[in-house]
Amino acid sequence: MPAELVLQKLLKVFRGRGKPVVAVDHLDLEVAKGELVTLLGPSGCGKTTTLRLVGGFEFPDGGEVYLSGQRITHLPPQRRPTATVFQSYALFPHMSVFENVAFGLKVRRVSRAEIRTRVRDVLALVGLGGMEDRPPSKLSGGQQQRVALARVLVIRPEVLLFDEPLSNLDAKLRVETREHIRRIQRELGLTSIYVTHDQAEAMAISDRVVVMNQGRIQQVGTPQDVYLRPENAFVADFIGRANFLDAQIVGKTSEETEVELRGGARLRVAGTFDFALGEAVKLVVRPEAVDLVAPEVGELRGEIVLAQVTGALAHYRIALASGETMEVEVLGALEKGVLSLGTPVGLRLHPKTLHLLRG
Amino acid sequence: MAKGRGVGETRPLFSFSRTGLGRLFQDPALLLVVCVVFALVGLFVIYPLARVFLASFVHRGTFSARYFLYFLEGRPYLVRPFVNSLTVGALVALLGTGVGFVFAYAVTRTDIPGKGVFRWIATFPIISPPFLLALSAVLLLGENGLITRWLFTRFGLRWSIYGLPGLVLTETLAYFPLAFLTLEGVLGGIDPALEESAMDLGASKLRTFFRVTLPLATPGLAASFLLLFIRSLEDFGNPVVLQGRFPVLTVQAYLAITGMYNLPLGATLAILLLVPTVAAFALLQFWVGRRSYVTVTGRPSSAGLRSTEPSVKWPLFGVVILLSGIILLFYGMVVYGAFTELWGVNHAFTLENFRYVFSTGATYLVNTLKLAGIATPVGGILGIVIAYLVTRKKFPGRRLLDFLSMLNFAVPGIIVGMGYVFAFNTPPLQITGTALIIVLVFIFQRMPVAIRDGVAMLQQIDPVIDDASADLGAGFFRTFRRVTLPLAAPALIAGMAYMFSACVTSISAVIMVVSAKWQLVTVALLHEVDNADLSQAAAYGVVIILVVLGVILLMDSLVRRVLGRGRHAR
Repeated sequence: MPAELVLQKLLKVFRGRGKPVVAVDHLDLEVAKGELVTLLGPSGCGKTTTLRLVGGFEFPDGGEVYLSGQRITHLPPQRRPTATVFQSYALFPHMSVFENVAFGLKVRRVSRAEIRTRVRDVLALVGLGGMEDRPPSKLSGGQQQRVALARVLVIRPEVLLFDEPLSNLDAKLRVETREHIRRIQRELGLTSIYVTHDQAEAMAISDRVVVMNQGRIQQVGTPQDVYLRPENAFVADFIGRANFLDAQIVGKTSEETEVELRGGARLRVAGTFDFALGEAVKLVVRPEAVDLVAPEVGELRGEIVLAQVTGALAHYRIALASGETMEVEVLGALEKGVLSLGTPVGLRLHPKTLHLLRG
Repeated sequence: MAKGRGVGETRPLFSFSRTGLGRLFQDPALLLVVCVVFALVGLFVIYPLARVFLASFVHRGTFSARYFLYFLEGRPYLVRPFVNSLTVGALVALLGTGVGFVFAYAVTRTDIPGKGVFRWIATFPIISPPFLLALSAVLLLGENGLITRWLFTRFGLRWSIYGLPGLVLTETLAYFPLAFLTLEGVLGGIDPALEESAMDLGASKLRTFFRVTLPLATPGLAASFLLLFIRSLEDFGNPVVLQGRFPVLTVQAYLAITGMYNLPLGATLAILLLVPTVAAFALLQFWVGRRSYVTVTGRPSSAGLRSTEPSVKWPLFGVVILLSGIILLFYGMVVYGAFTELWGVNHAFTLENFRYVFSTGATYLVNTLKLAGIATPVGGILGIVIAYLVTRKKFPGRRLLDFLSMLNFAVPGIIVGMGYVFAFNTPPLQITGTALIIVLVFIFQRMPVAIRDGVAMLQQIDPVIDDASADLGAGFFRTFRRVTLPLAAPALIAGMAYMFSACVTSISAVIMVVSAKWQLVTVALLHEVDNADLSQAAAYGVVIILVVLGVILLMDSLVRRVLGRGRHAR
């Protein structure tokens, strides 16, 4: 599928007092038609700036933005076929719900009758039928969010931009709303860029995830890809949590790679990697991909040094015999019984979830 | 790591679309507005000032810096006004800040009764014409003043209010409210928990005041000092009445132009006045502006006010009562004088003065109202547009526009007026003697206040709202008209009401550009003082105050109505 939206070597430097800050550092990205791509990263990683460059609220210091082959790098927002759902929603406080949604249509000189039907249809689509005359201040946070969505959907933009649209909602509403957004985006086949710092949200909603840090792309891939095959320690640690253990490559087959850990334990890791025999690597172990067993039967051995129960999960920190520590999460803690501090345990790692990174 | 990859690697050597100017061409409406505003500011702010500079260096058609050399040589007619102005400025700044601090401390940090009344009285000199205080000083302490005569008949004492004491007294009373308002904000923003924790750690009340409260208020004190210094240097109305044998720069510059027709001398005096005011303004903006460590929490707490020791509270209360009493006495004297036959001679009650004001003075009053009424909406809208441009838009020269459009805040009115006379008395723009020049002076002298109000108001509105409007396809004009203006309406109305009052009470700039055909009420008042018709002057003063009060009350009810009708709180 041809790329709809192309960001080419985008560069944005903020020069204030003091040192210039490179907010977006030579960023390349292509988004296909109808695809929802998430920009994910910690605050200050440049994800929102990237979005604002696409929306036309900022202009880059270098690089280009193309939409369906047209260069739009320097067009102001009112001349771009993009539309943004803002973090704060940015509803016009002096207009009713109807007037807010109709605003973009009036600008486009759509006839009154058509405005009326299109606004009614889109409000029905987002589940706000009958709310036309309310002022935004009389709506709940979730309803305001849906007005913001309706306001951009009604002008049928070519690219939809979401700037952390759910961050002002409570946890339960967030999950509902993100499903809602994803369903509408799929139904209408809207090319979308979605900015968030919540990795669970990114995993749940995206076709592809772009992990960013310090203005640069760390990895681009499907949610599964970035979780199971992180390309570096930042991605591994930002998408979920990860333990990193020192290891050395000791054997390779066409399906598996064998490593030796500190203390001599040997493990098989599913998949082949581009490492030479004898090379020092890091073994990435997800906290939930570990079974705690009796010391004698474990692949690794250690002792519990911290135990916390958070509802269904028990969280342990284990000091390994090798001197390293590992974080482990165990589901169903209450039925299995909580292990007390100092208990010697064995660890068995799930081979399919293990991953290797350059050491 | 992208080692050695330069930040500008992909950047072409020169790209038109990368420059701010190229970007501006993408938004023609914005480009148009920016050009128009620059042209207006250039023509009506910068050009007149440039003409003053030019005039100070031209003597009989040739370049000459003779008056500056005379100044350096120490000729008294140049040096004395300079030293006098700085002396008055420093004393007024010091005294006014002190008085303002006492007022502010009493209102924010103690539980004295009647705070609302004191606050109201303290703001009175701000909205009334400043030279009214000079008038009442004459009524009370002049040659025929009530107090003067009482002192003379009772004790045989002779003294004169004219000169330094009169200037310091009237200007301190006129400008301390500015210090009060500044410091009230600063003191109100200091979290009482800081003072409480100082005392909790064992510091005495006195120590807490000097080691915690005062240092936190220091930036505010500095700001208020500079502000009052500027205001006093700029003041024309009080010294023109009271300077006596103590010449100050504003009045001497005015006399040099209108009395002696010595343009280079007048312009040189103006430049001597401009240097310290602009320097103080620069300090205010760049030094004090950045060093405010006020711990603003956004919710002024009234904790810590519950108990003030009587030994602190009642002396403060006494000082505040005394000052308020003096202000009321001064304004009361104007009202009393307005109903008096002939001040100092016959104090019988009469309405004759008002009959005079509403017959002979009616045209002046109508002129003032008409011209201020034209200038206010134009200046108000222009101010908001500039505020919008400098706070919300990016374009080359934005900071320059910000600076230039605020320049007249620091430039004394007398210089603004002088510049207009120099700049617009020859074709193609020959408008001296017309109503237009007065309107233009009103607009461009008062615009900085409108801009400042506009900026403050725009800071209350989330800029993302503008982004959203542009994102939905609205251009500059539509966003401004449909989104910004409606949200700004209440602040705009209030701002215009104050601008109108400022025009009505304005004297220093317009006195240079009024003409026989277009005379204004403040200038008429001054002429009455000049002719020693103090009762008639007082009647003018009462009418001006009533007009201003009326406008502000009207504005208040209008804002309430706008707020009440369909505006949805955010």
